[in-house]
Amino acid sequence: MKRLMNLRPSKATKFFLGLLPFLIVGIFYIIASDIRLMENPHDKLLPSLTSFSKAIDRMALTPSKRTGEILFINDTSASLQRLGLGILISAILAMLIGIPLGFIPFVRAGFSPFVAAFSMIPPIAVLPILFIVFGMGELAKVALIVIGVTPLIVRDLQQRVSEIPAEQIIKAQTLGGSTWTIVVRVILPQIMPRLLDSVRLTLGTAWIFLISAEAIAATEGLGYRIFLVRRYMSMDVILPYVAWITILAFLFDYFLKKITYKLFPWYSGAKENT
Amino acid sequence: MKSFFTSTSKLLVATALVSTLGSSLLMAEVKDKFQVSWTIYVGFMPWDYAQQKGIVDKWAKKYDIEIDLVQVNDYIESINQYTAGKFDGCLMTNMDALTIPAASGVDSTALIMGDFSNGNDGIVLKGTNKLSDIKGQNVNLVELSVSHYLLARGLETVGLSEKDITVVNTSDADMVAAYTSSEVTALTPWNPQLSEIMSMKDANLVFDSSAIPGEIIDMLVVNTDTLKDNPKFAKALTGAWFEVMALMKKGDKEALTFMAEASGTDLAGFKGQLNSTKMFYDASEAVEFSLSNELPNTMKKVSEFSFDHGILGEGAPNAEFIGMEFPNGKTFGDTKNIKLRFIDTYVKMSADGKL
Repeated sequence: MKRLMNLRPSKATKFFLGLLPFLIVGIFYIIASDIRLMENPHDKLLPSLTSFSKAIDRMALTPSKRTGEILFINDTSASLQRLGLGILISAILAMLIGIPLGFIPFVRAGFSPFVAAFSMIPPIAVLPILFIVFGMGELAKVALIVIGVTPLIVRDLQQRVSEIPAEQIIKAQTLGGSTWTIVVRVILPQIMPRLLDSVRLTLGTAWIFLISAEAIAATEGLGYRIFLVRRYMSMDVILPYVAWITILAFLFDYFLKKITYKLFPWYSGAKENT
Repeated sequence: MKSFFTSTSKLLVATALVSTLGSSLLMAEVKDKFQVSWTIYVGFMPWDYAQQKGIVDKWAKKYDIEIDLVQVNDYIESINQYTAGKFDGCLMTNMDALTIPAASGVDSTALIMGDFSNGNDGIVLKGTNKLSDIKGQNVNLVELSVSHYLLARGLETVGLSEKDITVVNTSDADMVAAYTSSEVTALTPWNPQLSEIMSMKDANLVFDSSAIPGEIIDMLVVNTDTLKDNPKFAKALTGAWFEVMALMKKGDKEALTFMAEASGTDLAGFKGQLNSTKMFYDASEAVEFSLSNELPNTMKKVSEFSFDHGILGEGAPNAEFIGMEFPNGKTFGDTKNIKLRFIDTYVKMSADGKL
C-alpha cells in the first residue's frame, strides 16, 4: 500500500480539486442566499445571482443616468491610476533610499533606525496631518499609498543589499571598481528583480491603502463605490466589485512575476537552486 | 472518494442549518430579550443615559423582559446590522429608515420620533456668506445621507441644482480635518462636527436645517413583526424614553452633564447642540407632530429625493414604490408594499399616563 504522501493526483483530478473549494463556497452562498430570500424577497445581504447580473449590467454596461458615463470603467481607471502611480513612486523612492541604506555604512548608521521607526507609524492614524500637508485631492490618495508602502520596500531592499556576498564586492574592488561603479554594475542589477518581488509582496498593502484613501474623500474609484453603496447595503454591487478587485490584484501580481522572469531569467533559476 | 462525498454532503447540511439559524433571526416571535443599536449623536444621547443609569432596566423589568442598548461606532454599520436582523431596533433618521431597512424589504416602524434637526445640519462656505457662491465648487459631505438632502433643499432656495456643484463623498469622522485643508471650500456637516467647524477661521453658515424644520427626524425604529408580537418591548422603551425627557425638560444638570461627557463635549457645548435640536420633551408634542400633515409631505419629498439618487433600491420604478403609513390613516405610495410605518400608539399611551 502506497503512503498518502506519495500519491500524486492526475491532471484531471488536480483540476477538479483546485476547483472544489470555489464550488463549495459558491454552493454555500447560493443556499444561504436562497434561504434569506425566501424569508424576505427584498433582502439585500446575500443577493441572488440574477441581482448580481442586473447590478453588473447597470454598473458596467449601461451609461449612468446622471452623468452619462459608465461608472464601472470610470471607477476602475481612477483606482488603477492612483495605485499605479503610488506603486511606481514607492518603488523608485525605495530604490533610491534602500540601496545606500544597505550599502553605505555611514548612511545606514544615520538613517536605519529612523526608517525602521517611521515604517511602524500607521498612516491611517495620522490621516488629519496628511490632509493638511497633501490636501484632499488626488495627491493625498497617492501620498497615502506611498507613505504606507515605501518603508516596507525600503526595509526589504536594505536587507537584500546587505545579503549580497562580500566576496563579490571585494572582487569588484580588486578589479578597480569605485563605490559608484559597484552600485551601478554589481548591486543594481542584482537588486532589480528583488525590487519587483518586494513590490509584489506589498501589493496587498497598497490596495488596502488605496481603498482607505478612497473611503475618506472621493468622487470616483473602486473603493469609493464600495463605501458609497454600503450606505444602503447594496451587496449586489459590492460583491462583484470585490471580485473584480481580487481579479485585478491577481493579474497585477501575475504580470509582475512574468516581467521578472522575462527580464531576469537568471534570477528565477538562482532561486530554484537555493 | 466515497467518504469524501459523504463529508461534503455533511458540510452542505451543516451550511443549510447555519444559514437557517441566521435567517430565523428575521422571523418574529414572542421573546423576552431585545437588543437596540445606537450611535453617538445629540438626539440619541438620552438613550445612553437611560441605559447607564438603569432607567431602561427599570422599565424592562416592569414588563418582565430584558433590553440591551448596544453602542455601535459607525452610524451606517449600526443601521445595516439592524437591517440584517441582528438588532430588534435602531436609532436613525427618517431618510435612512426609508432608504436602508425599508428599501431592503425589512418592514420597520418608527416607534418614537424623538426630535427633529433644527440647525444641527448646515452648509458651510469658506470666505463667503452667500449660498449662491457655492456654484461650481466641490462640496464635501457624506453622500446620499441627510446632509445630501439638506444640500439639495438649500440649492433649491437659490435656484441652483446638483449639476452646478460637485459632491465629494467624505466620511463624517474626517469632516473637521477636511475643513483645515486649503482646497476644501464648501462642506455640509452635522453636529458635533458642524459646531467644531463653525469655531474655525473663515467659516460661514449659509444654510441650515432650521430653514426646513421637521424634515430631518431622529427616530427609534423597530422591526414591525417583532413589535406586533411583543408590545411589551415598545411599552418599556417608550416609558424609559419619556422618563429621561422629563429630566431633560426640567434641565436636570446631572443628566445633561452625563450626556455631554458621553458625546465628547461639555455642558455648554451640549446645550448649544440641544438649541439646534427640536426635542419632543412631552409625549403630547410627539403625538401632535406625528399627526400633522407635514409628516407625509416631508416623507414624499424625501422619497422623491431618494428615488432621484437611486437609493430606493434595484427595481424601484418610481418614488411611490415603497409604501408608508401614518397614524392619521394617511398613506404614501404603494399600499401593497408598506415597509415604513409611523405610529403614535405607544407615545400616546405615555401621554395619557397609561404605561
